[in-house]
Amino acid sequence: MNRESNVYTIVYASVMVILVALVLAFTSQGLKERQGENESVDKMRQILRSINIVVSNEEAQEVFAKAIGTSYLVDAAGKKVEGDAFSIVLAKELAKPEATRKYPVFEASIDGQTKYIMALRGAGLWGPIWGYISVNEDKNTIYGADFGHASETPGLGAEIENASFGQEFIGKKFLDPSSQFVSIAVVKPGKKAVGKDYVDGISGGTITSQGVEDMLSSSIGAYANFLKN
Amino acid sequence: MGLISEKNKFVLFNPLSKDNPITVQMLGVCSALAVTSKLEPSLVMAMAVIVVMAVANVIISLMRNTIPNRIRIIVQLVVVAALVTIVSEVLKAFAYDVSKQLSVFIGLIITNCILMGRLEAFALANKPWPSFLDGIGNGLGYGIILVIVGFFRELLGSGTLMDYQIIPEICYEWGYANNGLMILPPMALIVVACIIWFQRSKDKSLQE
Repeated sequence: MNRESNVYTIVYASVMVILVALVLAFTSQGLKERQGENESVDKMRQILRSINIVVSNEEAQEVFAKAIGTSYLVDAAGKKVEGDAFSIVLAKELAKPEATRKYPVFEASIDGQTKYIMALRGAGLWGPIWGYISVNEDKNTIYGADFGHASETPGLGAEIENASFGQEFIGKKFLDPSSQFVSIAVVKPGKKAVGKDYVDGISGGTITSQGVEDMLSSSIGAYANFLKN
Repeated sequence: MGLISEKNKFVLFNPLSKDNPITVQMLGVCSALAVTSKLEPSLVMAMAVIVVMAVANVIISLMRNTIPNRIRIIVQLVVVAALVTIVSEVLKAFAYDVSKQLSVFIGLIITNCILMGRLEAFALANKPWPSFLDGIGNGLGYGIILVIVGFFRELLGSGTLMDYQIIPEICYEWGYANNGLMILPPMALIVVACIIWFQRSKDKSLQE
């Protein structure tokens, strides 16, 4: 067999590509269900972290069912609409025209008080960033926050994932005294923001920190009417 | 020939010192800069590269007598890319937390020059067992440097190791400050350069 002939080369390449495609397709299909389960458990853990409850993978489903009372969707006007808040994909919603977007809200009851959990999605330096943020009954003061990212730099931008970054947000307010939505600024450590609450960004992760600030103002901005109601 | 003959021992251990992929062959430096700002991702990356390199070396070595010479680089790339994708899918299904950590590195493993370099230079011309050892050896050689760099960058840059606080609070009260420069990529190059300097000053045969 002549290994250098054109026919051999073409046949070899085709067979290899088909084989590899088959193997990859089977792996992907075979593992899909388990991956989906893992993703939804992970989502539950994120939502729970935003109300300051940290659980393991195993407990997540049970604790989630207990802690999260009702969940619903709201539209841009802040009105409740039909739909399942947990299965909605925020990235897909953000691709729709603004008037038809729906945003998920989860309600949790902690020590007799209602907390509202809202979803965030934005862009970091290398890829998407997301998070969940919960507010107190006044729909203004932050009760907890949790952030996640797809591919920010470890040690720099990826630090937004740390609980200590989310904790900085606790007690900050989205609305100014005249009830206008002003969001929350993420500033370089040591700097200040005028006219709104601010938290320290990540040293060396300036673009990711900026991404968090933009994400807060756009994602929570979409809930602005809901917050003012 | 025993499983670990003199020659195989050389294949396994030489990449750890005299033929280290990073400090001597100068391969894979880019990923060494990217992931070493903390010790933990350095360890995870090192392990991922060792596994992928060993398996890819064996597969290419098994295929070596059938691969058409003109498309051998493409064949190598397909094998590596397929392997890395499978590893990442399996992790997503069975070790979701690890896979979230790894997501950044998956792409970096495929483009790691050490992989292509070893497949091209070793696996294409050698039997599966020595190729396996060569993969492990080079992965370890790469990993060792990554871990050393990650150790110093996290310790001096964040004052922690594996996210545990190492430098006591009292030092900060006395005016010690973490060196923010250490967590930026240029310091990885400088730390790698220090390792090379140290290695060459110890080993006269590496001096040019």
